[in-house]
Amino acid sequence: MASVRMLFEKPWLWSFVGALLVWAATVSFTGGYGAGGMVTAALSLAVFTVIVGVGQMFVITLGPGNVDLSLPANIGLASAVAMKVMGGSDSMILVGLLAALACGAAIGAINYLLIWALRIPPIIATLSASFIIQSVDISYGRGLQIKPPPGFADFTNWQVLGIPALAILTVLFTIGAALALQRMIYGRSVLAIGQNIRAAWLAGVHVGRIRFLTYTLCGALGGIDGALLAGYFRGANVDIGNEYLLASIAVVVIGGTSVAGGKANVPGVWGAGLFLVLLLTMLNTFGVSAGVRLVLTGLIIVGVITAAGGEKAVR
Amino acid sequence: MTAIVPGTVPKSSPRGSGARARMLRSLLPALSLALVLIAIAWLNPRAISYFGFNLMLNLAIPIALATIAQMFVIAGNELDLSIGTFVGFVGCVTATWLRDAPLIGVAVLLGSIGVYALLGALIHLRNLPSIVVTLGMSFVWQGLAILILPKPGGKAPDWLLAIMSFKPPYIPFPILAALIIAAVVHFGLMRTSYGVILRGSGGNAAALRRAGWSLLRTKIVLFALTGLFGVLSGMALIGITTSADANIGNGYTLLSIAGVILGGGEFVGGRVSPIGAVIGALTLALAASPLLTFMHIPPDWQVAANGAILIIVLAARVLISRRER
Amino acid sequence: MLQAIADIVRLDGAEKHFGAVRALNGVDFHVGAGECVGLVGHNGAGKSTLMHMVAGTLRPDGGQIAVRGNAEASYSVARALELGIRCVFQELSLCPNLSVAENTRINHPALAGFGWRRKAADLIQTKLDEIFPDHGISADDVAGDLSIGRRQMVEVARAFTLTREPLHLVILDEPTSSLDAHTAGQLLAFVRRFVTSGGSCILISHVLGEVLQNADRIVVMRDGKVVAADAAGAFDRDKLVAAMGGAEGHQKAAAETTKTEVGALRVRARPARQQDGKELVARAGEIIGLAGLAGHGQTDLLLAIFSAASRAKAGVEVTAPVALVAGDRQADGIFAQWSIAQNIGIRSLQRLRNGLLISPQREAEFADFWKKKIGIRTPDMNNNIFSLSGGNQQKALFARALGSDAEIVLMDDPMRGVDIGTKLEVYDLVREEAAKGRTFLWYTTETEELDNCDQVYVFKNGRIVANLGRDELTEEKIIQSSFGDAA
Repeated sequence: MASVRMLFEKPWLWSFVGALLVWAATVSFTGGYGAGGMVTAALSLAVFTVIVGVGQMFVITLGPGNVDLSLPANIGLASAVAMKVMGGSDSMILVGLLAALACGAAIGAINYLLIWALRIPPIIATLSASFIIQSVDISYGRGLQIKPPPGFADFTNWQVLGIPALAILTVLFTIGAALALQRMIYGRSVLAIGQNIRAAWLAGVHVGRIRFLTYTLCGALGGIDGALLAGYFRGANVDIGNEYLLASIAVVVIGGTSVAGGKANVPGVWGAGLFLVLLLTMLNTFGVSAGVRLVLTGLIIVGVITAAGGEKAVR
Repeated sequence: MTAIVPGTVPKSSPRGSGARARMLRSLLPALSLALVLIAIAWLNPRAISYFGFNLMLNLAIPIALATIAQMFVIAGNELDLSIGTFVGFVGCVTATWLRDAPLIGVAVLLGSIGVYALLGALIHLRNLPSIVVTLGMSFVWQGLAILILPKPGGKAPDWLLAIMSFKPPYIPFPILAALIIAAVVHFGLMRTSYGVILRGSGGNAAALRRAGWSLLRTKIVLFALTGLFGVLSGMALIGITTSADANIGNGYTLLSIAGVILGGGEFVGGRVSPIGAVIGALTLALAASPLLTFMHIPPDWQVAANGAILIIVLAARVLISRRER
Repeated sequence: MLQAIADIVRLDGAEKHFGAVRALNGVDFHVGAGECVGLVGHNGAGKSTLMHMVAGTLRPDGGQIAVRGNAEASYSVARALELGIRCVFQELSLCPNLSVAENTRINHPALAGFGWRRKAADLIQTKLDEIFPDHGISADDVAGDLSIGRRQMVEVARAFTLTREPLHLVILDEPTSSLDAHTAGQLLAFVRRFVTSGGSCILISHVLGEVLQNADRIVVMRDGKVVAADAAGAFDRDKLVAAMGGAEGHQKAAAETTKTEVGALRVRARPARQQDGKELVARAGEIIGLAGLAGHGQTDLLLAIFSAASRAKAGVEVTAPVALVAGDRQADGIFAQWSIAQNIGIRSLQRLRNGLLISPQREAEFADFWKKKIGIRTPDMNNNIFSLSGGNQQKALFARALGSDAEIVLMDDPMRGVDIGTKLEVYDLVREEAAKGRTFLWYTTETEELDNCDQVYVFKNGRIVANLGRDELTEEKIIQSSFGDAA
């Protein structure tokens, strides 16, 4: 009884329950065939959504109107930067990763600079920035067919006992993010700002500094995600980040983070990431077409937000 | 009334500096369009011709219609992240059912406007963030589009092709259409008595409720109008491209938001301008391709031009309001 | 004519509670036809609550409301408008993005169809001309571009425009607060004409002269009750002040002997609109009161001092860390998603850390310390902040400020709507902390709280108008300075 009540009090658990149900349905459909492989595949794909999802979560938690629309462009550019810096050489992997990280962080910082200097809503600032980044990427990455260094490609695809190494690292990272959110001054400040920016200011929170940090952090995560994606899919590409705009917002919302701000949930991002990937797998297994898959995904997002409902408008 | 010398008697000046700043700001969209046009004329005088405009403004009509659609939700302090995929969905319906089974096609399109109206009601009644709801809907529209037209193809109905390739004397069709769109929407939203209520719902919803108006109704009407203009945009687009593709409208979400902002609209407070929105859409359409080709800017940077124009215009706005303060 | 029928509105035994606070405590109130009723009282006396009831925007928790002798069971704004009762609310209710004519249209469903713009413009223009002959407002002006005074003029004029709905009673809640003397005179003269022609009016104003000169009858409210009601001629300024403030007087809190030693300078601040050399000075160990009517610049000065603590600001000098106790808890203080402990700890996170992480143990200890010290009544400090009563929520906000490293504590009318028991506990704590050397800047709208202060600055129109030492402090003096219209 108590556990049932806990389930209702912690809506993010639903995303894990959903993921589990979807997995069970698929496994029963295939008669148990590929149950483990499915989990492995889901984990390795969910990683990329979770990394940007965590960044987006911190941004969205800053309160109504805060969202980073430049993530796809950011991911695209960072993947190209990483591949170019690595130049196919194993010795440059770390440098390339750092370059991608720096590239993403710079984009995040520019985003906040636009928000602050032009006093425009984050949505339009990150949108304008994404237009420009996209062009930089197209121009920079033109004809760029650089493969990742073999070591890097192997690393991103490396599995330990059927569990992708990247997933293990991401779990560690999300534990860190959860600690930062709940137990560090930074996270507390983000939550305070998201609940009531004026009250946060009056309670002595450094509002400007925290918002700057958050956008930079989100950008940096986008950058690292770009590099990892390029490694996993063996090559950078301008469109590599396209699906992560909607996906990053979707996992945040499904994961139980409040779009009204001030309430965030890190494990929920994992649950939602797995749920979305497994849902895709299930619909594929059932032989459902891409169209139906998209429709169902959309309806689930609308359904989840309607059920959560009753919160202040996001803007 | 005595003439007021600017800057001397601020206390008795009937319309404060706010009005001057607002006027300057409302001129900005036209100014940026003029600048883009001058640049084109300077780089390639031949482009300023009947034929040139027809070519350069090829896609301006659907972009303008999508921008107007976005403007309606923004007038009510909401945002539609699904307008792009919705335009794509409408395009697919237009290139298939509307040609093969017009009755079903019309019913589906009307039904989709009804879905928009329902979304407005849902957002109001459950107090939902429109960004997330429309984000979800963007998947739905895209999925439906793929279901209707799994591979690029289809064909626009002949009557639609005829309309979109209409060649009026003297004035290029895209310009004529833009004028008509701007005039009609301006009249509807800025001049009619219910248009006032629609804009008021974005300006001060509490005051409106206190005066006895239904905010549920205003939201439904605004969303239905967005759906209507989204349908028009999708149809116009297919009339130009002649065939459809499920992803054809994807870029329109961001373009339409940019167009509204470029046209002097604001995200909150019900401050929108249909004329400005159409001008903003034209500017984006012009700046996007031909201008940059003339300027020997590689096509890679054309998207950046949109971003740069947005940032420059927004920066100009900030400068204006700073100086006027 | 029978008196009962001539009443436009009559309330009997109206009651209203907001949580534990009784905003209205059995009020009988009526307005006759062709009568201007003046309504006066201190902030929080219940005037606005009463008027919201008459206008239909608030439902009474008890009592009856009757319009023209008919009891109204389901009274609402729509019903009030139908019956010809309108209200000009204190908070401006124009749509800033619409023109003056368009704003007029919003209140008149009848203004529709062909040529409505012309009709609306004529309607408001005529009314503005009638009330404020040299107003200089055009019907095409966008409301948001008008000065606040002109917006108020539009709003007042709009309330008197007439289309389909009848017009019998207009409630004017502080209609002259943003008007200069000349325009205010025009408005009041119009109100007299309106009343003479058979209309009714309720006039709420803090400018007592206005009420004395223009009302036929004056109702004085205090603590959610009507304490005096009589023909205007029966009152004069002093009698009104006495009725509002409670003539029975009160003994001052046992005055600890005046402090002799002078503490270190903590704050020196001059309000932005101050024209003479007056400024606020606060030293270590002092409790400084900021008095005057609500919204006359006290909060602005506190906020200026608050921001000056982190970034240098002209005209304000602050020499120690600052914390603020919000008065508007919901808007400025509470973090709604958080527990009581988290709400208290936010200002002191630096000290609750253990390495990089916030230590849950220290946080709990900190919360428990303040739970005992300030007496927060809750079984568990990990409960959500909203599990507390209003007074205890306020205590949590006090704990946040007093538990911090701040040497200067700003209090923005924090005792609004707090029960007397809590108040007394907090007063003691404030005096205790001041004795230890903390500085308190205490803005309050409740005059008796000023007895805790060493020095009181009275504010009017964003300026300091009086500086009263502990010995010269009387309620009369404060009311005289804040209602300084005749002075």
